[in-house]
Amino acid sequence: MAKITLDNLAHSYMPNPRGEEDYALKELNHDWVDGEAYALLGASGCGKSTLLNIISGLLQPSQGRILFDDVDVTAQPTAARNIAQVFQFPVVYDTMTVRDNLAFPLRNRGADADYVARRVQQIAAMIGMEAELNRKARGLTADAKQKISLGRGMVREDVNALLFDEPLTVIDPHMKWELRTQLKSLHNQFGHTMIYVTHDQTEALTFADKVVVMHDGRVVQIGTPEELFETPQHTFVGYFIGSPGMNVMPARIEGDQAYVNGTSLPLGRGYGPLSGKVEIGIRPEYARLSDSEGLPVNIRRVEDVGRHQIVRADCFGHDLNIIVDEGAGIGADMTRVSFDPARINVYADDWRVEGQATGRAA
Amino acid sequence: MNKTINQKAWFLVLPVLVLVAFSAVIPLMTVVNYSVQDTFGGNQFFWAGLEWFDELLHSERMWDALGRQLAFSAIILAIEVPLGIFVALNMPKKGFWASLCLVLMSLPLLIPWNVVGTIWQIFGRVDIGLLGHTLDKLGISYNYTQDFLAAWATVIVMDVWHWTSLVALLAYAGLQSIPDAYYQAAKIDQASRWKVFRYIELPKMQGVLMIAILLRFMDSFMIYTEPFVVTGGGPGNATTFLSIDLVKMALGQFDLGPAAAFSLMYFLVILLISWVFYTVMTNLDKRDGL
Repeated sequence: MAKITLDNLAHSYMPNPRGEEDYALKELNHDWVDGEAYALLGASGCGKSTLLNIISGLLQPSQGRILFDDVDVTAQPTAARNIAQVFQFPVVYDTMTVRDNLAFPLRNRGADADYVARRVQQIAAMIGMEAELNRKARGLTADAKQKISLGRGMVREDVNALLFDEPLTVIDPHMKWELRTQLKSLHNQFGHTMIYVTHDQTEALTFADKVVVMHDGRVVQIGTPEELFETPQHTFVGYFIGSPGMNVMPARIEGDQAYVNGTSLPLGRGYGPLSGKVEIGIRPEYARLSDSEGLPVNIRRVEDVGRHQIVRADCFGHDLNIIVDEGAGIGADMTRVSFDPARINVYADDWRVEGQATGRAA
Repeated sequence: MNKTINQKAWFLVLPVLVLVAFSAVIPLMTVVNYSVQDTFGGNQFFWAGLEWFDELLHSERMWDALGRQLAFSAIILAIEVPLGIFVALNMPKKGFWASLCLVLMSLPLLIPWNVVGTIWQIFGRVDIGLLGHTLDKLGISYNYTQDFLAAWATVIVMDVWHWTSLVALLAYAGLQSIPDAYYQAAKIDQASRWKVFRYIELPKMQGVLMIAILLRFMDSFMIYTEPFVVTGGGPGNATTFLSIDLVKMALGQFDLGPAAAFSLMYFLVILLISWVFYTVMTNLDKRDGL
C-alpha cells in the first residue's frame, strides 16, 4: 500500500506531439492518498485507461514522473511496481484450473504452498467460485471468467495499489452489485489504495470515496460524490453526472443577476465582469415548474421513471430538464420555470466561477 | 402448413452430382477396378480378386517405403513445427518490418515444387552448386547421389526450407489474435517469458497448430516432386518414398493391378492417420471444456 504521486505527468501516443491536442493525457499533478478508494470517471476515450496503464507501468509516459511513497518508479517495469490490475475483458489462463488461475500471481512470486492454498480458498469464497475450483477455466461463461480475473487481482495482499479498468462491463447487473459490494468491503478490510475506472456514474459514486472526473485527456474535477453533484467545476461534470445531467444555458451576468434572453434571474451571489462564453448551470432537481414566476418554457414531453417525473422542456430554444415529484400534477398552465438561486452555478468558458456573497437577499 | 412436393427439385442437384462423379467417383472407381484385375497389355483384363492386396501386404518393398515415408514425415514435423513457432514468436508484430517478413516468408511457398527440387538439385551439386561445393571445400564429404545420409539431409533441409514458412505464418496468425490484455495481465501477474508462452501463446495457437500439423503431415506423406527431382529416389532406394515407389510401379513397370491396390491402401493410410489425429485433438479440446 502506498501513496501514489503523479508529477507533471502527460502522455501522447504520437512520437512527436506538437500541440496540446496531440496528448491523450494532458499535464497532470495529483496525489492518490494511501488507502483511499478512487473512481476515475469519464466518457470513452478520455484518457482514463491511459492513466491507469501509466500507473501500472504498462505504458511509459511521454513526460513527468510517478512516485510510490515518494520513490520514483517511472522507469521501473510493471513487475517491480507490485500492482494488481483487472482489465475490462476477462483474462484467464484457459488451460489452467480455476484454482491455478487464482494461485498464479502468488506462485510467480514464490509464495509458499500452504499460504497459497489458504489464500486461494479465501478469494474463491469471496467471488463465489469455491465449487468450480478444480475445473478448467476454458469454457466458463464471461461472468465467471471475469470473476476469476477479479480474484487474481485481489489475491495478493501486499500490492501497492489495486487498479480496475471497467471490470464489471461484462458482468450481469445483479452480479455487478454483489461484486462491487465485495470490492468495497475488501477495501474497508485491507485498506488498499484502489483506482476504479468506469464510465458509469452510479458505479463511480457508489464505489469511491473520491471521484476523479476526466474529460478530453484532462482531470476536470476531483471530489466527493456530493461535491460533484452540487458544485460541478466544469460543465462536463454537470452534464456527465446526474440523470438527466445539469441544464446549461447561455446567460449574461451582471452583479448578482443573470439574464437569459432578457429575463432576469437572481443568483444570490455577486460576480465580477466575466469574459468568454458565459453560461449558467442548474440541476433538474433544483428547477421548479410554476404558473407565474421565472422563465417561460414549453413542455414537450413528460417521462415517468417511477420515482419521479422528468419534464423535457424547451426554453428559448434550449433543452431544459426539470424533475417533478411523482404524483404532482403538471397542468397546462405550468408555462414557467424558476430556479433555486443558491443552486445556480455560473460558468465562464465551461469552468465554474465562484461568486461573492452580496449580503442582501435577491 | 402444407409442403409442396416437387420431385423436379432433384434436377437442381444434378450438376453437382455430375461434377463429383467425373472429378472423384469415376476415377476412384477406375482404380478400384484395376486393383482387382490383372492385365498383360492389349487392353485385356483378367479377374484377380484380392490377390494384389495380399501380395502387397507381404511385400518388403512396400513396407520399406512406408517406413521411410513415416520417418520422413516424423522428422520434418519435428523440425518444422517448433521452428515455425520459434520464427513466428520472433517476427515483428506490426509495421513495415512485419509486412516485409510476411512477404519474404511467403516466397518459398509460391515456388512450384519441381522448381524447388531443381533449385536444391543444383544448390547441392559438388561441381557447380554453392552448398555442395562449399561443403566439399571445407572437407566435408557430401554427395547426395552416392551417400544415404547426404541424400536424406538434402531432402529434409529442402522440405524445411520450403514449408516452415507455412507453419510460421499460421502460428503468426494465431499469435496476432491474442488481445494485448493477456500480455498485460501476465506482466501484472509477473509471469516469466516461458509461462507466457506455455499458458497464453501455446493454448491460443492450438487451433492453428493443429491445422498446420495436419496439412504438413498430409503433404509430406504424399511428397513426390521434390525428392524425385533431387535424388530420383536414390541412392538405391534410400529416398524412395511411397508416391515415388507408386509411380515406379504404375508407370515404370506398368503393373496397373498392384499399383492400383497400392494407391488404395496409400489413400486409406492417410485417411486413417488424419482421422485419428483430428479425433484425438478435438477430444482433447472437449475434455478441457467440461
